[in-house]
Amino acid sequence: MIGNDRLAVRKTYKLYVNGAFPRSESGRTYEVTDAKGHFLANAARASRKDARDAVVAARAAFPKWSGATAYNRGQVLYRVAEVMEGRHVQFCEEVAAGEGLSSSKARAAVDAAIDRWVWYAGWTDKLAAVLGGANPVAGPYFDFSTPEPTGVVAVLAPQQSSLLGLVSVLAPVLATGNTAVVVTSKDRPLPAVTLAEVLATSDVPGGVANLLTGDAEELGTWLAEHADVDGIDLTGAPPKRAMEFEREAAGTIKRVVRPPATEPDWTADPGLTRMTPFLETKTVWHPMGV
Amino acid sequence: MSVFEYAPAPESRSIVDIAPSYGLFIDGEFVDGTGESFKTVNPATEEVLTEVSAGSEADVDRAVRAARRAFDKTWGPLRPADRGKYLFRIARLLQERAREFAVLESLDNGKPIRESRDVDVPLAAAHFFYYAGWADKLDHVGLGTKPRPLGVAGQVIPWNFPLLMLAWKVAPALAAGNTVVLKPAETTPLTALLFAEICRQADLPAGVVNIVTGAGDTGRAVVEHGDVDKVAFTGSTDVGRQIARAVAGTRKKLTLELGGKAANIVFDDAPIDQAVEGIVQGIFFNQGHVCCAGSRLLVQESIHDEVIAGLQRRIGTLRVGDPLDKNTDIGAINSAEQLARIRELSDIGEAEGAQRWQPACDLPDRGFWYPPTVFTDVSPAHRIARDEIFGPVLSVLTFRTPDEAVAKANNSTYGLSAGIWSEKGSRILRIADQLRAGVVWANTFNKFDPTSPFGGYKQSGYGREGGRHGLAAYLEGADQ
Repeated sequence: MIGNDRLAVRKTYKLYVNGAFPRSESGRTYEVTDAKGHFLANAARASRKDARDAVVAARAAFPKWSGATAYNRGQVLYRVAEVMEGRHVQFCEEVAAGEGLSSSKARAAVDAAIDRWVWYAGWTDKLAAVLGGANPVAGPYFDFSTPEPTGVVAVLAPQQSSLLGLVSVLAPVLATGNTAVVVTSKDRPLPAVTLAEVLATSDVPGGVANLLTGDAEELGTWLAEHADVDGIDLTGAPPKRAMEFEREAAGTIKRVVRPPATEPDWTADPGLTRMTPFLETKTVWHPMGV
Repeated sequence: MSVFEYAPAPESRSIVDIAPSYGLFIDGEFVDGTGESFKTVNPATEEVLTEVSAGSEADVDRAVRAARRAFDKTWGPLRPADRGKYLFRIARLLQERAREFAVLESLDNGKPIRESRDVDVPLAAAHFFYYAGWADKLDHVGLGTKPRPLGVAGQVIPWNFPLLMLAWKVAPALAAGNTVVLKPAETTPLTALLFAEICRQADLPAGVVNIVTGAGDTGRAVVEHGDVDKVAFTGSTDVGRQIARAVAGTRKKLTLELGGKAANIVFDDAPIDQAVEGIVQGIFFNQGHVCCAGSRLLVQESIHDEVIAGLQRRIGTLRVGDPLDKNTDIGAINSAEQLARIRELSDIGEAEGAQRWQPACDLPDRGFWYPPTVFTDVSPAHRIARDEIFGPVLSVLTFRTPDEAVAKANNSTYGLSAGIWSEKGSRILRIADQLRAGVVWANTFNKFDPTSPFGGYKQSGYGREGGRHGLAAYLEGADQ
């Protein structure tokens, strides 16, 4: 990082809301350290107001993103992988520092994260064929079912896997046409902010993905009960609060992904498991006749 | 316009044989419940039909244990093809005794015999026939190879389509290899109890289907039982919320099919006469006791007067009365409680400034009745445009442009169904694409089919019933 005698220019880590990088409106920050406890940065600590702003942005971005062609969404998500590749070294350093990984393990995690975007980019224009279809009803109708995005999805990202885990929960939400409000790993938020910079320069429209650094325990409540959030992924919820969040989410019949008992192996093939929870099935009965 | 008079054409009720009292169906036997029994009445006459046991927590526990045993010992290990054969048998038995089921359904529920005979019962049989065929093809559902059943399913169903909702719940659950504990609605338990007899005639192994009658407390006991793996509920959004809260933090999988406030959108190029029929069918089918009822008519401003005149003319010919009369179009409201709610919301509609119209129609002296009702001058903020009334009450709103139609249609916390009336196929598909609703009918309404997934967006619930989507709700696979 430091070449010769030059003093490095450090990055200010901020939130990513509606395509911009604001500080928390609350003015709050918290200290982020590496796995050994050395200071890395002060991250913005998102507030309730920041979460609400992010939901407003995600809602506003939903019609255009969900209405984009599947081919277009696929290309945009593939572009995320391309731009990440260009920042490979930076991601490796941040993941290694935050997660305390050897450089080879950090590299493997970053490789897998980039490849995961490619994998989901390829799904956008196949879901309708795999999950939908024509239904042979007993009557003069062309009856067909298609998967459609649920809407605004709140994601409490995994606490351990700061980049691969994050991509593994965010990419499926975007690939299916939803827009996202993500609360990043609390103690390891820096790769998420760098990912936000990638998203901002990858043709992902502002507001489609909003990343909040801070505490899922604090922000989870506001997102779980927010009436304009349609679904919530509780993967990174603090275990002792997850049930409460699920109860709050019931108030507006949100789609809920429950947290696993322990953080899963993010290198495993995800299948459709993270896409189907945030897809609705629409069935249309179209008349036939002359 | 003069209307032909119709002589009464009552369907005979002698085909049904209602016992003076019923117990619970647990582990293949009818047993006495330990809770207090309750009466079920014919809503068209207020005549008490019979007494039914209310399942207590202990009864529910007994039923769940029977279901678990059957899952472990008989139904789970059974060859999938044989599971399918049992379901085919059930489908055939339902067809054989179709008239008996139809009459019993109309007696207990109040719906016209024409609907129970032509819709509820044939569709219930069709659901069993459809899912029977899936039982030995689960590898092809789309969840990866060898998907597993969930175990014991606790199912709570409503009173508007008692037998049909039973079929929607029981058929996919059994086809997937689960066993069930089903709680029918308090006011309509009889066809579920007759279904128990079908299970016996089919020699279905004991404990595979358990039927525990009762009210809300019994339903709660089913939902909250610790050994239930899957909860499926059809009913109000309020109760759906309570159930989602109750299963929070557990392993139970949940599907909810809740309320609706469907927009039925009529464009100026629609075939008007056909649309009028469809509007009537959309809101007055089953007395409007339909979660997907087309209760919000959105009519393009330029044809508003013509459509309203046509509607009033058509509604004037609807026959309200004896559910067992084959000429009856609109039967009885299912309960005094529901009638009170319909009256309350209609009164609120008038108080908020909408115009109420009802045809001149004689209602029977006894029983629970509400005439077909149309409200015009309704604004999107009115309660009758937002709340589910679940009765024969139509709220009419207008729009000028397709964009406005879509915006108004989507302006609801619900998202179960919608209708589009237009002669233009491209317009139908474009509007259907923009509606946030789980089922969209074009130039028709309230059509159902076992192959066709049904379920809601937003606060109308989650999960689908029908098709392979409905089966997936009862399976766990690698790829889900």
